[in-house]
Amino acid sequence: MTITEKDAIYVADLANLDLTEQERLSLTRDLSSILEYIGRLNELDTTGVPPMAQVSARYGAPEKSGSEQFSGTMRQDLHKTSLAREAALQNAPDSNGSFFKVPKVIEK
Amino acid sequence: MNIQELTVESTRAAIAEKQFTATHVVEEFYKKIKAEDGETHAYLTLCEERALRQASRVDEMARNGDTLPPLAGVPIAIKDVMVTKDVRSTAGSKILQNFIPPYDCTAVERLEAAGAIVLGKTNCDEFAMGSSNENSAYGPVRNPRDPSCVPGGSSGGSAAAVAAGTAIAALGSDTGGSIRQPASFCGVVGLMPTYGRVSRYGLIAFASSLDHIGPLTRTVKDAAMLLRTIAGHDPLDSTSADVPVPDYEEELAKPVKGLKLGVPQEYFADGLDGEVRAAVEANIQKLVQDGCEIMPISLPHTAYAIPTYYVIATAEASANLARYDGVRYGHRSTQARTLSEMYRKSRDEGFGAEVKRRIMLGTYALSSGYYDAYYLKAQKVRTLLARDFENAFCQVDAIVTPTAPTAAFKLGEKTSDPLAMYLADIYTVTADLAGIPGISVPCGQTKTGLPIGMQILGRHFDETTVLRLAHAVER
Repeated sequence: MTITEKDAIYVADLANLDLTEQERLSLTRDLSSILEYIGRLNELDTTGVPPMAQVSARYGAPEKSGSEQFSGTMRQDLHKTSLAREAALQNAPDSNGSFFKVPKVIEK
Repeated sequence: MNIQELTVESTRAAIAEKQFTATHVVEEFYKKIKAEDGETHAYLTLCEERALRQASRVDEMARNGDTLPPLAGVPIAIKDVMVTKDVRSTAGSKILQNFIPPYDCTAVERLEAAGAIVLGKTNCDEFAMGSSNENSAYGPVRNPRDPSCVPGGSSGGSAAAVAAGTAIAALGSDTGGSIRQPASFCGVVGLMPTYGRVSRYGLIAFASSLDHIGPLTRTVKDAAMLLRTIAGHDPLDSTSADVPVPDYEEELAKPVKGLKLGVPQEYFADGLDGEVRAAVEANIQKLVQDGCEIMPISLPHTAYAIPTYYVIATAEASANLARYDGVRYGHRSTQARTLSEMYRKSRDEGFGAEVKRRIMLGTYALSSGYYDAYYLKAQKVRTLLARDFENAFCQVDAIVTPTAPTAAFKLGEKTSDPLAMYLADIYTVTADLAGIPGISVPCGQTKTGLPIGMQILGRHFDETTVLRLAHAVER
């Protein structure tokens, strides 16, 4: 699989990255060689093999289904104190004390 | 007191017997860090006030004659991917250069509740992405055993601190080998527990189906003591398993006689350094003398582990790192006029080259038209890799391999070739993908004096057998 510079620009856009021209060139080259290496997965016939999305599926209780397989994943729906507003905002690059502030979303 | 020789157990005992105070221990460690860490660069941030406060708590308990908790007075270093309340946590990235977390990681909280003292935060590859620690935005770590060599990665600072004696123990994180590989390169013990054994609450996420927290220590017994402290269900992490935690220390004393060990041919094939092979094979023979039975086995999909890993880990990373947008915390570009520009410029300025490379790869693998060919395919191969281990564990109790194909390599040796760097994890990624526990234990050294590590892998939640065998290798 070869990646073109156009592909790199498209993917960078999806990932919310603006790349410099130099980054674009080196990433295009690196991604092509990494994807070529990854392409060896196609040597394997995976017909009928289920995808493994979660490790716990390998050790959960197999007689149960869905989230029931794993104990401890469900909790009581109870009210609890959460992080205080001040603490939640302490790392904000910009805030008005109640909200995070960002540049204008819609231009007039 | 020779702080170089202290272990978890001896420190607690000495404080209980009033040979020295926890405060004195902490002061001695900071003296050593300040004198010697300039070259190694294992630490990014020290938290002296927090450490001394905790030390005085331990000293007060000792003065009152209270029974000391299991890790009382033990100075510990924490990889900077775990958040610590009011102590800067960077994940080795410029994007979190000024991030002061408002809460503690569960594993850190449990260590402190057991009396341990957090000395500071250790250097690591940016967002734990790397095998040499050269991807840290704050500069590389040098291997204490040979400063021209890398310490391994991504928990390079944690491994180097333990090896240099600037901490008795450390926490690291392992997504593709990031605890075991640096432990091997620095000559210390590194344990990756079963997926779900240790809560990841407060671990800055890299790849959520692969991330683990575990200890790096001077001895296997210390690793057992740390694991017992940090293991167990945590309601704050829905992936943490509700499985009883055994008394690992007690289990360590049991003989290894009669255990069946698998030796996978794929881990002793081309690319394995001769000296590493010889050291690992010699230690396998030692285990035979202890009464273990050796069985040659095959893990036939091993060659597909690295490509599988680099699809799954980067796909998950691209999603996890989407949160760094300059809105709520982390770096915000001052050059942006619109919201969209702010996202892009903040990320461009904040992320390093390897992180961008992996975000790009992961985004590509998940993008429309390529999802089935890459991500879904990799998840299916992951099932095959997990089945390889399940089949093997029908026949054997544990699997022994080298931890890495070579001893520590030179700084700069692999930085220009991402693929060559990825292959440094060839023997470790498989366990992350399958979710099984693994340890690296020192088993010899090269002619030039670089440490060699042996890896022992076990069944899900059977850290006990892994630790017992490592203990036997250590003796």
